[in-house]
Amino acid sequence: MTRHKLAFRNLTLGYDRHPVVHHLEGVVEAGSLLAVIGPNGGGKSTLLKAIAGQIEPLGGTIDNSFASLAYMPQIGDLSRDFPVSVFDLALTGLCSQRGMFGRISRSERQRAEEAIGKVGLSGFEDRSIRTLSGGQLQRLLFARMMLQDAELILLDEPFAAIDQRTISDLLTIILNWHGEGRTILTVLHDFELVRRNFPLSLLVAREMIAWGPTPEVLTTDNLALARHMSEAFDQDAAFCERAA
Amino acid sequence: MMFLYDILIAPFIEFPFMRRALVGGIAVSIGAAPIGLFLMLRRMSLIGDAMAHAILPGAALGFLIGGISLGAMTIGGLAAGLGVALLAGLVARSTLVKEDMALAAFYLLSLATGVLILSGSGSNIDVLSLLFGSILALDNPTLLLIVSVSSLTLAALSLGYRGILMECLDPGFAAGVSRQGALFHFGFLVFVVLNLVAGFHALGTLLVVGIMMLPAGTARLWSDDIAKMLLIAMFSAMLANICGLILSYHLGLASGPAIILVAGLIYVGSLIVAPLGIVRRLLPQRHLEA
Repeated sequence: MTRHKLAFRNLTLGYDRHPVVHHLEGVVEAGSLLAVIGPNGGGKSTLLKAIAGQIEPLGGTIDNSFASLAYMPQIGDLSRDFPVSVFDLALTGLCSQRGMFGRISRSERQRAEEAIGKVGLSGFEDRSIRTLSGGQLQRLLFARMMLQDAELILLDEPFAAIDQRTISDLLTIILNWHGEGRTILTVLHDFELVRRNFPLSLLVAREMIAWGPTPEVLTTDNLALARHMSEAFDQDAAFCERAA
Repeated sequence: MMFLYDILIAPFIEFPFMRRALVGGIAVSIGAAPIGLFLMLRRMSLIGDAMAHAILPGAALGFLIGGISLGAMTIGGLAAGLGVALLAGLVARSTLVKEDMALAAFYLLSLATGVLILSGSGSNIDVLSLLFGSILALDNPTLLLIVSVSSLTLAALSLGYRGILMECLDPGFAAGVSRQGALFHFGFLVFVVLNLVAGFHALGTLLVVGIMMLPAGTARLWSDDIAKMLLIAMFSAMLANICGLILSYHLGLASGPAIILVAGLIYVGSLIVAPLGIVRRLLPQRHLEA
């Protein structure tokens, strides 16, 4: 059986021909728990968007052999004043398997019930999502993701503006997913949290600075280099001449 | 009792045209009100109005070619409406231009083209009947068209319910889990156009938007649950039709505007007394423990 994996080959991503990440090269092995770190504007979100298929690479390719993918963007399209209950929003995760027409069985509703329980929202099932706090909504989105049951999971800053207790609850869920053999890429800014929980890290700052076991990536030298590389946008940049 | 009978029932017993208007109005309500609700949930409440303007030139052109013919006017309206909806949808999905701007651009093009052709033709079209309809003069083929469109709409909405809701609720997520997003997007726009075209025979291209959107606004004020909102929208639209017809009969008012005015009054009334309306906000309410 071939192991699934995610491979970047000479991958360049960006907007309007201006690259955000240059010539990224590497493989995410199945079952990895990978933290994607780096300065703002360094290309972390762009990388996740590209893996999710929302933007086309400017150059190179992404080889994704995972059967299913779940993606939580940093700023989603979810309209928060939409009249939908907590339970129904969690159920939408099942669209990954049931599509837009398939019937949702009693056991699947049971699973939704359990997922809501696991993220600590039991009792909130009938509440309208507009009444949720930011942290509660984030818990709910994790419940939806559980129901998506994807092999490859992309989380873009899942802990932004989230309190410590919620972070530790949600982190437990991520570690459980890892234990179930899922492959997870998470964009994070809290290096301590990464050091303690993520075996692998990818440091990007407009290009790959380092990729490997977290202790080898999160070194003082690498972080200084990443800071130096960040946010250099040139309106009149010349064409990139690096070997393709 | 006789008094109530005379007011509420007798007009429909005595006059066939009132019965036809009743059937037509109820059928339009059943199709258009749920469409309006989904438009509102997509924050596209004014799109109905734009689409109505897009349809007008097509219907007028149909009239110019075929005279007062159900077929010509319907085909003209459909062609103009679908053309605008599909082009706008295409632009919205493939460029940075948002759907409201895309629709604004194409409906204005349609409107200007229509007016240009009509003013050049020198024909004296009864524009008022196009704009405001003639619900008291519905013939059998027109009724059949309206009822068919309503039935089709209900069938399509029940089939596509999840997809349409997902596209409204979280379009990014919907695109991630299903490749059928475009199908629901365009399918929905097609039904917006179909209902406007069927409805304009009864209420006119402009007023038909009223029976689409006003009940949707009413429903939003009464419930937070989409299934209930759908029922509330449909029933308040039907109620507006029935009351509007009765009022117009007894007071000698134009029927179309009377129906929309009743729908509007129901909305304004709901704005005041409904659970999610104004009064409930202003009244001091004791808060709960948790």
